[in-house]
Amino acid sequence: MTIFFTPKQVVAPGDLLAEGDYQAGENVYRDGKRLYASAIGLAELKNKAVSVVSLRGRYMPKQGDLVIGNVIDVSLTSWLVDINAPYNAVLFASEFLSKPINPAKEDIRKHLDVGEMIVAKILAFDRTKDPALTAKGRGLGKIKKGIVLEVDVTRIPRIIGRKGSMINMLKKETGCQITIGQNGRIWIRGKTPEDEAIAANAIKKIEREAHISGLTDRVRAYILQMRSKS
Amino acid sequence: MRCLMMEKTIKLISEDGRRVDGRRLDEIRPLTLKIGFLKNADGSAYVELGRTKIVAAVFGPRELHPKHLALPDRAILRCRYHMAPFSVDVRKSPAPSRREIELSKVIREALEPALFLELYPRTSIDVFVEVLEADGSTRCASIIAASLALADAGIPMKDLVAAIAVGKVEGRLVLDVMDIEDKYGEADMPFAMMPSKKVVTLLQMDGHFTEEEFKQAFELAVKGCEQVYAKQKQALREYYAPSLAEVSSIKEG
Repeated sequence: MTIFFTPKQVVAPGDLLAEGDYQAGENVYRDGKRLYASAIGLAELKNKAVSVVSLRGRYMPKQGDLVIGNVIDVSLTSWLVDINAPYNAVLFASEFLSKPINPAKEDIRKHLDVGEMIVAKILAFDRTKDPALTAKGRGLGKIKKGIVLEVDVTRIPRIIGRKGSMINMLKKETGCQITIGQNGRIWIRGKTPEDEAIAANAIKKIEREAHISGLTDRVRAYILQMRSKS
Repeated sequence: MRCLMMEKTIKLISEDGRRVDGRRLDEIRPLTLKIGFLKNADGSAYVELGRTKIVAAVFGPRELHPKHLALPDRAILRCRYHMAPFSVDVRKSPAPSRREIELSKVIREALEPALFLELYPRTSIDVFVEVLEADGSTRCASIIAASLALADAGIPMKDLVAAIAVGKVEGRLVLDVMDIEDKYGEADMPFAMMPSKKVVTLLQMDGHFTEEEFKQAFELAVKGCEQVYAKQKQALREYYAPSLAEVSSIKEG
């Protein structure tokens, strides 16, 4: 029963983290009695479970996640959607349209076409099949205005901030509505394109400077400065 | 230093046990490692091993095309080793040669045991290795670069893969073989391993070792890999340490 790291220490793949009766959490694997890191990240110990908070990685779909997708293909009764993950997602017509459709008479393309973007939730995903989406529900559906930008997935928690502090400040100071997809895409819509540009630049600033403390105040000052100019 | 003509009688090891570039027999060349070298790739690394210069880029896990190559239970790893036309003295044709195709396979097989491919079924992980300048041990430097690029892409792995070559020059064993020693020496043994797992993932040999020499060469290669491994870890930590404050501040919330 030994621990070989200090909390929040940066570890690399292959680093020995613990020996003995511990559980292997995320990004940690067991080899005999020993636990090793399997990704670059910060090591932590919680209730006898050793895990590594990854600093890099792709978005892995999870049931119930809100994602922003880009339609890349249309078939008779479904759409194929790029969700910035290792797998493309499927959106069935019944999960988007309110009425049942007859594919013999109607082309679903007129409702949603290649190149358009949607806000959706992940219905189901288990790696053996591509993830299934639903775009029915409050806040879900086609994106008709505003801008969508893509950020590093590992920065999403920072953009939301502690109990939503960062995102609430962004919304209040820029006057934009902002939807954050767990897959690293962010949808911004404001009253004017200038407001949207300010919000987008502020988010890019957060992504760039995520590791420097006092970020919320700095971003607020940045937004106020930009707004006073325009 | 470019060698236009080489006499068969040139001394590759001097009387006081120094090699042509002044190294001791068991000394590796200066090793420079850079993480996140390319913006476009999911993960990347740049490696300089003496005059050998290599860039590795990793993409994925991503949807695999053509689809029939996909495996239902794990990801496939694809590697491409390629030498730039200007990487050697005489222009190398940019088309993939027999040697490059073989090295691509060898590098893939050296990296595969380190990855948890079963976490991403039906996808592919693509590794591109570009040799910008070649001065011996390019396959070892490629493995060093590729394993760093894989870690940079956040792909789960058992351990980093370290690599180094051991050679025999004028009857003596040398660590980290460079081009001139490879050409005029008696043997060359590229070697890769996962040091913290003590697993060898690449072992090739060109030339002749006696049994006793092989044992010594193996020991020397393990020692060399440990040095490379320490540098790889250090490079990753230095690159990622600034992110520390970020995640810790979120976790407190």
